[in-house]
Amino acid sequence: MSKFLMPSLGADMESAILMEWLIKEGDVVKKGQVIAEVETSKGVIEIEVFEDGIVEKLLVEPETECDVGTPLALIHSSNEKETTYKEEKTVSKPIEEIMKPEEKIVEKERIKASPAARKKAQELGINLATIATKVDGTIQLKDVEGVAPKDEKMEDKDGMRRAIAAAMSRSNSEIPHYYLSTSINMTPALKWLEELNAKRSIKDRILPAALLIQATVKALKSVPALNAFYKDGSHIIKEEINPAIAIALRKGGLITPALMNTQEMNLDKIMQSLDDLITRTRKGKLRGSEMMEQTVTITNLGDLGVERVYGVIYPPQVAIIGLGRIVNAPWAEGDTLAVRKVLQATIAGDHRATDGRTGALFLDKLNYFLQKPEELL
Amino acid sequence: MTKEEIKDVVIQQILEIAPDIEEGDIELVENLQSSLEIDSFDFLKILTAMNEQIGIEVPEVDYYKVDTLEHMVNYFFDRL
Repeated sequence: MSKFLMPSLGADMESAILMEWLIKEGDVVKKGQVIAEVETSKGVIEIEVFEDGIVEKLLVEPETECDVGTPLALIHSSNEKETTYKEEKTVSKPIEEIMKPEEKIVEKERIKASPAARKKAQELGINLATIATKVDGTIQLKDVEGVAPKDEKMEDKDGMRRAIAAAMSRSNSEIPHYYLSTSINMTPALKWLEELNAKRSIKDRILPAALLIQATVKALKSVPALNAFYKDGSHIIKEEINPAIAIALRKGGLITPALMNTQEMNLDKIMQSLDDLITRTRKGKLRGSEMMEQTVTITNLGDLGVERVYGVIYPPQVAIIGLGRIVNAPWAEGDTLAVRKVLQATIAGDHRATDGRTGALFLDKLNYFLQKPEELL
Repeated sequence: MTKEEIKDVVIQQILEIAPDIEEGDIELVENLQSSLEIDSFDFLKILTAMNEQIGIEVPEVDYYKVDTLEHMVNYFFDRL
């Protein structure tokens, strides 16, 4: 018997509303089956079950708000042996590991704080770890209030903003980031793409974004250390490459669902999957796994004209790749100065998992593939 | 098809693909992508939908000719 918990659908989610059960007690469920819809601040997400089994009991009524980690249902697993075997076999840890609420508690308990201080810190979205470095012994309420924002207006109802702030503060305080950047001549790749698209009907056209993702995936295959998790002091390289794609929601906010299993895709498939992912993101029809199994992040603020992006890593990932706007820029080729389409590619890496050299190898490979776009088909 | 009819079809496609845009937001002479925050994906979707509706494909080299609602309507009208 296992508990199906409210998953953490992104580092910035604290709770969500269980909108609807798509199953009932006694139903047989299969691994990967969508069993419920939950509403988060970023839209409705379909959540899947992670093992085969029978639904023993539904613990939560529809339209209930639940914190991350709240048991939602009891599932009687039909093949426990197989599940255990799988856990041992794969390098990656199963999702349940990421969602376990116990883990969060353990982490918090490492820091000594009075209950009042803990409560206040949670209200204000302050990470106790940031205070612990400045305080001897147990953190008291006054220590928390000391670092609380003076302006009470800051404490607004925008839970999503607060949650993002907490997640990113934690990332910045825990992860020793290193940053690298390089200029990539995109003229050959864009020209190649233009010629390819000229031969295709409109519905089969490939956008530069898909080409950049494919080049990133290929480069990650060459430098797998960056497609990994860093958890509990170990660096776990993932086999599947599920890049989180930063997608702006027009109503505000940003969401970073994963493009799943890109390691198996060709360029056309990447384009189709990206199309599908963006369409479903806009409609609010994402799946839970897409919000939990990201192995690396790609952020592209190019549409807004930003030339260079230095990202904050989403734990437990170990890298975030930034792709800027492609601009016409002076470019030296041999003795000649020419105007070329130039992209600034950046990477922020977790120094606990990799060194700058790893990041440099990645950027070099990315450049290599973009100079040989025909290898990206 | 009159220009007015083409314009209605274009607007209908934009509203379908970007449901959070309101008809009043769409200006005749503004750049569609920047004024409505339509990214390259949605722009391609709009052109794909227009191709399905009226059977005209816009090649990439002509994208600059369909940058505003007015230009897009004229582009399709001239090629019908």
